[in-house]
Amino acid sequence: MELKNKKNRRDFLKNGALLTGGMLIASGMKPFSALVYATNHNEDAEHWYGMAIDIEKCIGCGNCAKACKIENDVPEEPFFFRTWVEQYTILNDGSKIITSENGGLNGASQDYTPDEIFKSFFVPKMCNHCTNSPCTQVCPVGATFESPEGVALVDSTYCIGCRYCVQACPYGCRYIHPKTKIADKCTLCYHRITNGQVPACQEVCPTNAKIFGDLNDRSSELVQFIKKHDWQILKPHMNTKPKVVYNALSGEVN
Amino acid sequence: MPKHIRRLLLLFAVLITLFIIVRQVLIPDSFGQFGHYRGLALEENKAHVARYVGTDICAECHWETMELKTADMHAEISCETCHGPGWKHIEEPEQGQLTIPEGREFCGTCHSRNPARSASLIAQVNLSDHNIETNCSECHNPHAPWN
Repeated sequence: MELKNKKNRRDFLKNGALLTGGMLIASGMKPFSALVYATNHNEDAEHWYGMAIDIEKCIGCGNCAKACKIENDVPEEPFFFRTWVEQYTILNDGSKIITSENGGLNGASQDYTPDEIFKSFFVPKMCNHCTNSPCTQVCPVGATFESPEGVALVDSTYCIGCRYCVQACPYGCRYIHPKTKIADKCTLCYHRITNGQVPACQEVCPTNAKIFGDLNDRSSELVQFIKKHDWQILKPHMNTKPKVVYNALSGEVN
Repeated sequence: MPKHIRRLLLLFAVLITLFIIVRQVLIPDSFGQFGHYRGLALEENKAHVARYVGTDICAECHWETMELKTADMHAEISCETCHGPGWKHIEEPEQGQLTIPEGREFCGTCHSRNPARSASLIAQVNLSDHNIETNCSECHNPHAPWN
């Protein structure tokens, strides 16, 4: 009886070691990582689209939000947005006030006098087109995917409107379309960028605060901008690896 | 092999074949073309018609206004920023779907004083005390504001 127990323990340890080692090896193998991660950075991709947003240049006019609604048939109600503008106001007492009246559609207003304000700035928000996008990861039917150019898109015929992606997006960039009842989001104006145009929000921006471009093209305006400025991404701790970067992003932004 | 096991194996074989056939029928042709999604979804996203046509197209007809505009502060601003999308106008120019914005409030969306706006980047006025009774366009030509 005692001998048998000893044999069992040895077997147990041996099997355990085999199992752990096997799992370790399997986790490093490529076909398995495809199962674990829904999105993968395609290193051989011809284009790898992204956008830079220059906070120093944004004047909060809201033309981007307005143009996006027209360009992409976003519902009119002021709580459906693919892109919107937030106004940050830091008061002298340190309190932080974030306003986005109608998503900045009709411009911005300031309730505080310059004497009360420590600093104030605008932050245009949009889909960050993450390299590790949580929305793609959580979709139970595979309706959200990343195009070969790195643009997070929705297959409208696959989406079942379960709202999981709306919950998963750390940047609040998704909504359920009230008519079609499926998930809708910024496509980086996929129909425009594949046709040699810039996204609608950039087209109408009066101060050139948005710069669309190809991250794989070192001569593109975007890469040159990234080269010359101290840029930041939103919520780096989420490990989403966004392709939308901000210049002069203040620490107060969340 | 016992009879009941053989039956079970046969049943499994039939079910698995059935599953493979049904799966083949259900999966769209373009699935997996580029990745784990329907390849045609890319084309469907591309098919959307662009509303904003770009300043170059405006300049083909409105070159006089363009010359005026490019010589002044508003040179870099797209026509469609103020006048709205031109996709219908370029098809049927007479329909006049574009807007000519009026009023102090409209200019104020960019030019009203706001501490969040960079003072060196954009000229700002206090709408509540800068020539209150006057429309902006009476003094400033919107295409050439300092002209």
